[in-house]
Amino acid sequence: MTSHAIELIDVRAGYGRIEVLHGVNLAVPSGTVYALLGPNGGGKSTTLQVISGAIRPTSGCVHVAGAHVNGASPDGLVRAGLSRIPEGRGIFPNLTVDDNLRMWTYAAGMPFRQVRDVAFARFPRLAERRNQRAGTMSGGEQQMLAMSRALVAEPAVLLLDEISMGLAPIIVSELYDLVRQLAEEGITILLVEQFATTALRVADFAAVMSQGRIVAVGEPQDIAEQVSEAYLGGAA
Amino acid sequence: MTLFLGYLVVGLVTGCVYALIASGLVVTYTTTGIFNFAHGAIAMASAYVFWQLWQGWHIPTIISVLLVLLIFAPLFGLIVERVLMRPLDGKPVDVPIVVTLGLLLLLVGLINLIFDQTKGRHLPQFFNGAGFTVAGLLVTYEQLIAALSIVVVAIALRILFRQTRIGIALRAVVDNSDLLAMAGGRPVRVKQLAWAMSCSLAAFAGILLAGINALNTINLTLLVVDGYAAAIIGRLRNLPTAIGGALAIAIGQELLFDYLPQWGFLTRIQGQIPILVLFLVLIILPQDRLRTASFTGAVPPRVASLRSSVAVGAALIAACAIVAPFLSDGNLRNSSKGFAIAIIVLSLILLTGYGGMASLCQMTFAGLGAFAMGHVASGASWLGVLAAIGLAGAVGALVALPTLRLRGLYLALATFAFAAFMDAAFFGESLGTGGSLNIGRVKIPGIPTTSDQAFFIVTCVAFVLCSIGVLALRRGPFGRKLVAANDSPAACATLGVSVNSTKLIAFTIAAALAGLGGALYGGSPGQVDANDFPYLFSLTILLLARVGGVNTATGAFLGAASLTLFTIFVAPHNPTVFGHVLRLAQLQYVLTGLAAISVGRDPNGIAGRFTDVIERVRSAGRPQPQFMTAAGSPAAVFMSEEGEGLVSTAQ
Repeated sequence: MTSHAIELIDVRAGYGRIEVLHGVNLAVPSGTVYALLGPNGGGKSTTLQVISGAIRPTSGCVHVAGAHVNGASPDGLVRAGLSRIPEGRGIFPNLTVDDNLRMWTYAAGMPFRQVRDVAFARFPRLAERRNQRAGTMSGGEQQMLAMSRALVAEPAVLLLDEISMGLAPIIVSELYDLVRQLAEEGITILLVEQFATTALRVADFAAVMSQGRIVAVGEPQDIAEQVSEAYLGGAA
Repeated sequence: MTLFLGYLVVGLVTGCVYALIASGLVVTYTTTGIFNFAHGAIAMASAYVFWQLWQGWHIPTIISVLLVLLIFAPLFGLIVERVLMRPLDGKPVDVPIVVTLGLLLLLVGLINLIFDQTKGRHLPQFFNGAGFTVAGLLVTYEQLIAALSIVVVAIALRILFRQTRIGIALRAVVDNSDLLAMAGGRPVRVKQLAWAMSCSLAAFAGILLAGINALNTINLTLLVVDGYAAAIIGRLRNLPTAIGGALAIAIGQELLFDYLPQWGFLTRIQGQIPILVLFLVLIILPQDRLRTASFTGAVPPRVASLRSSVAVGAALIAACAIVAPFLSDGNLRNSSKGFAIAIIVLSLILLTGYGGMASLCQMTFAGLGAFAMGHVASGASWLGVLAAIGLAGAVGALVALPTLRLRGLYLALATFAFAAFMDAAFFGESLGTGGSLNIGRVKIPGIPTTSDQAFFIVTCVAFVLCSIGVLALRRGPFGRKLVAANDSPAACATLGVSVNSTKLIAFTIAAALAGLGGALYGGSPGQVDANDFPYLFSLTILLLARVGGVNTATGAFLGAASLTLFTIFVAPHNPTVFGHVLRLAQLQYVLTGLAAISVGRDPNGIAGRFTDVIERVRSAGRPQPQFMTAAGSPAAVFMSEEGEGLVSTAQ
């Protein structure tokens, strides 16, 4: 219906009786990198969880690729072409790297060997660690493994939750190169980031969230002021 | 030589069965993180179903086997997953312990109800015991199948878990179920497969075990427990180690059995070797990698003040004094037994409710109490009561010493092993051979305790005093230390509070309390025998505490009261349904199991629901606290500083 890959219309959601999102409106154009910024507790991660089906909204509409998806199961959404790399490390820590990659085949639609080849070609370091338990790798390597899922799944829409958390700047910039590359392949990317400058460097559009609402939307250079305002607490 | 080989083969076959049991446990643990206490009961139930198909309805052997292994057991596993396990997602780790223990009791009770245990049942050998001879030794085809089956199962599981996507998903789902869904896998399907597989493995073990031994609900369930030791040796994850452990235990047991001298005590222990191994392995093996949990959770209700506990206690005594003249002698005896059980349950309020330690051997301590009471000063003196408290307390301390560092599941298993061991090696002999042990009622000047009515009031007073004592302990410095040791051992250590001595004292007091309960428990009917303190009853005690409410003395009373009401009103009846005599006493296990499954998820139990209502009524007139909705945002914190706080009380 539209050229919007993700569209949220007046979405309210929360945990138990505590409402976190008080009517969020968001439209992410297809094929763009869209950054969702804002201070802690603003509702960014919750928004991602609503889109990926992990949390059911109490009211409002969620559209992904034009389809109404309120209440769809997370694995159903994955098969429909939506991937989310969760906050923290989106890997199975007690499985080996190889076994983790084998789990990526659920969404990849290609055989295990090919998954492995694609992942190792992009992140040669993972190849050295293939028989190591994933949880024993460094934070950067774990995040590479997590990101390799997005690489092989080739989703229509990719949600990234704080992928830079706790990582060295050089690794962060390597991961964001990959984000840019995925975007050029036509994947719509919605990323949540606390480090606004990092995110704004790769984003085509950005929105600022505070206290469960979107308080500013625009191209990176246009909303820099609102961003700093939100982070300094002035947005309330 | 032939004799030795013969023993070896027997040991090997038993070892293979233990290995099957261990693999089933490993499958559920690695895929769901749940240690399935009911595994043995599922094996037992499957063996009965198999008996019914094969011997009862004369369905051909192979079809009966396939029906049980491929239809009944997997279906049962799916039901268990859907009805019992799926709602446990996100619950504290101790809840599955309660739920699987409940399932164990439920299955034992149901099978006892359906299959009259007074009739002997046995499974004939497969192939009519035919076999082949190797080096002058007859090896039956049944033994061969048992040995081969574990080889096949081990290889199949190895390939499944290492090489196939679904197998790796089985391991992935316990690591991070949500991530598996995000990656496009279906966590629910994976868990269903795990439960179906483990139930089939249990059923297979059950059929083989029932072929070696007679069909008996309690024994068969306990025999499966022998396999738990092997699973623990494999630390519930490592299949090859578990299988190796199973073979070593079984062959060792068989050789010891045949070559050790047949001295009284040794003979009794030999059958219990796997249980002893389980106990020892739990103590020796490091437990860091296992998920453990303390045994409470949720928000405990307010601890009653001295004034209110005395008031409620006095009211209870008054109520009993009013009711007593209307009760028959039999019911008075049942009711005083009920108060004795309430004291035993109360010991768990202290230990489990406050201290977070689960004990599955409280009835064992009670039995020791009764034993001491009966043996000291001809069984009816204060010395006997002191001996009961002292012996149970001392044994409690001895059990606690090596098990102190165990938490959650491990402690539950160790105490379970102790109870099972004592059940077979001590109570069976010390109380069983002489038929029964006479236990008198303590003499109190001016009170004719020989009258059932007076003794009923005496047990009630004893319970009230014990409750007041336990509550006073909880309010005092020791209670604070105990709760703190459970909440955060690390924080306690930094404060200079000794976690170990606190736990040791709690365990000892709880055992002593159970010993006192045991002395009164025996005094009520006047005698006890070996069947009065079965290990299953210890499970019932824990589940009663959980159902009543493991955090309050009221919970102990409610748990024991429900059992007593059952004993008085339901148990004596044996109606005939479709020509089948239903022994309703067996419903005790069924109902306790069901209650544990439904209420046991809430540590505050029925008592907690009462206090909830009372609190709600009390607070109805007061202003309610207001909560901000956007939790934790800087702006919200900012506002709280300006006086419109996060939890400010609006006028």
